[in-house]
Amino acid sequence: MSAVTQDTAVSTGRVTRALIYLVLVLFALFYLLPLYVMGVNSVKPLSEITGGNMMALPSVWTLEPWRQAWSTAQIGVEPTGLRPYFLNSILMVVPAVAISTIIGALNGYVLTKWRFRGDTWVFGLMLFSCFIPFQIVLIPMAVVLGKLGLAGSVPGLVLVHVVYGIGFTTLYFRNYYASFPTELVRAAMIDGAGFFRIFWRILLPVSGPIAVVSVIWQFTNIWNDFLFGVSFGGTSQPMTVALNNLVQSSTGVKEYNVHFAGAILAALPTLIVYIVAGRYFVRGLMAGSVKG
Amino acid sequence: MASEADFRTRLQDWLPRLVLAPSFAVTLVFVYGFILFTIVLSFTGSKMLPKFTWVGFENYEKLFALPAWNTAIINIAIFASLYIVICTGIGLMLAIFLDQKIRGEGMLRPIYLYPMALSFIVTGTAWKWFLDPGIGLQQVMRNAGWESFTFTWIKDADFALYTIVLAAVWQTSGFVMAMFLAGLRGIDNEILKAAQIDGASNWQLYRRIVIPLLRPAFLSAFVILSHLAIKSYDLVIALTGGGPGRATEMPATFMYSYTFTRNQMGIGASSAVIMLMTIAAIMVPYLYAELKEKKE
Repeated sequence: MSAVTQDTAVSTGRVTRALIYLVLVLFALFYLLPLYVMGVNSVKPLSEITGGNMMALPSVWTLEPWRQAWSTAQIGVEPTGLRPYFLNSILMVVPAVAISTIIGALNGYVLTKWRFRGDTWVFGLMLFSCFIPFQIVLIPMAVVLGKLGLAGSVPGLVLVHVVYGIGFTTLYFRNYYASFPTELVRAAMIDGAGFFRIFWRILLPVSGPIAVVSVIWQFTNIWNDFLFGVSFGGTSQPMTVALNNLVQSSTGVKEYNVHFAGAILAALPTLIVYIVAGRYFVRGLMAGSVKG
Repeated sequence: MASEADFRTRLQDWLPRLVLAPSFAVTLVFVYGFILFTIVLSFTGSKMLPKFTWVGFENYEKLFALPAWNTAIINIAIFASLYIVICTGIGLMLAIFLDQKIRGEGMLRPIYLYPMALSFIVTGTAWKWFLDPGIGLQQVMRNAGWESFTFTWIKDADFALYTIVLAAVWQTSGFVMAMFLAGLRGIDNEILKAAQIDGASNWQLYRRIVIPLLRPAFLSAFVILSHLAIKSYDLVIALTGGGPGRATEMPATFMYSYTFTRNQMGIGASSAVIMLMTIAAIMVPYLYAELKEKKE
């Protein structure tokens, strides 16, 4: 799938073109600025930040802030570093992403290839659930998690993220499968293939691009979630909540270098996913949304 | 034999609906059931825990009499308008510029887009310390010799809100750029060539032809940005914590603090209902139109 160059370029004078480049580069610097600030200050001793210059490269390089952020920094009341919370996030994000993606694929398959009366309504109701402000479900969710004995646990967070993630995964797979020729499914049915066999043999093998979209989307959203983590995390808080506790802690000296190292640690998984698979995300998204 | 075959075909008929049923049931309970529960709570005198003593519209009356809620409403109005307008403006400009056969487009695009991959807590942390007068930008400028340079917005009740706008724009304007760029790449450039032959200037070309053709992208950008704005909770918490004082209180932070830390669950629930109604007013017509169009 090589993109055809479909630019709407107009002919411009030299000065205009130089100005365009200037604007584009200035904005690139603007977007890179916080990354630079976090990067250089996470490898400086604290004294260089407080007494000196935030924008300068370190005069003494040190990995001590990273070590502290990872294993000894005070998070809340315990000097555990971010490590246990990083683990919580992994334990939460992997099952939640896998389950919601599988469910979304099956839902999308039913909603496009086994249509029934009222299916648009079913889909519409599921779709709207993607866009509710989650504040509206916080109180009843706290009650239900308490009743289920899942309050403050990783499985509880997995449940919450699966429940509020299937709307989006269903949307992605539905739009993608809609453009898959239904005749092939019909032919397989006539040959006697059943519901799961058709899914497994015919649709699943072509689902790669949209599965990538769904996985990246869910991974980013769930890893970066703060509201559910802070409301229902209890003793199993995810990385975002721990980072916030580290940065906002009001006791002792503010160790900015440790904060920056922690922020990068919290950002690293999604950044890596973005760098490795970002291009497939945009591509898959377009493959799914061109036809729908 | 015959009845077994019959049973199997019947099962095949029902299987798809059985597969979809759990998701649908979960959605009905955890989304719509919960919404109903919160609406009911908003009419009760719940304090720390839900209880079902009916108080009518009392919570809503109290809510709109609270200075904190009114601050939150004014803040979200200012924040959302600035955020949507600036993001759309920057996104559109970058998309149009990037579409001019730019060398290095492949390098610039991911730089514009990567903030979208970060958590608002990370974004908030980075900007919080960069804008901090003690160590950040102000100190940097003073060290560089500009002794009188002052930039204390983040500590200033009148300006702190704009630092949230800045960080939020930083996070999402690249994504809006990508939406507009996809729109631009979908435009048939024969139309543009024809217009250019007719002697249209570049400015006219964009104003009269290209921008009107981008209508769907404008609409999606508006819907996504307004939805993000109303939900914004993490960024406020990480950047200003709602302060200084109450200066950057938003409906999302208000709801959380009234429900979980001030033990005014009834009022918290009523504020959540107002938030839902605002988002529904934007989303429902949009989704309805989208689904109807796709049915054709």
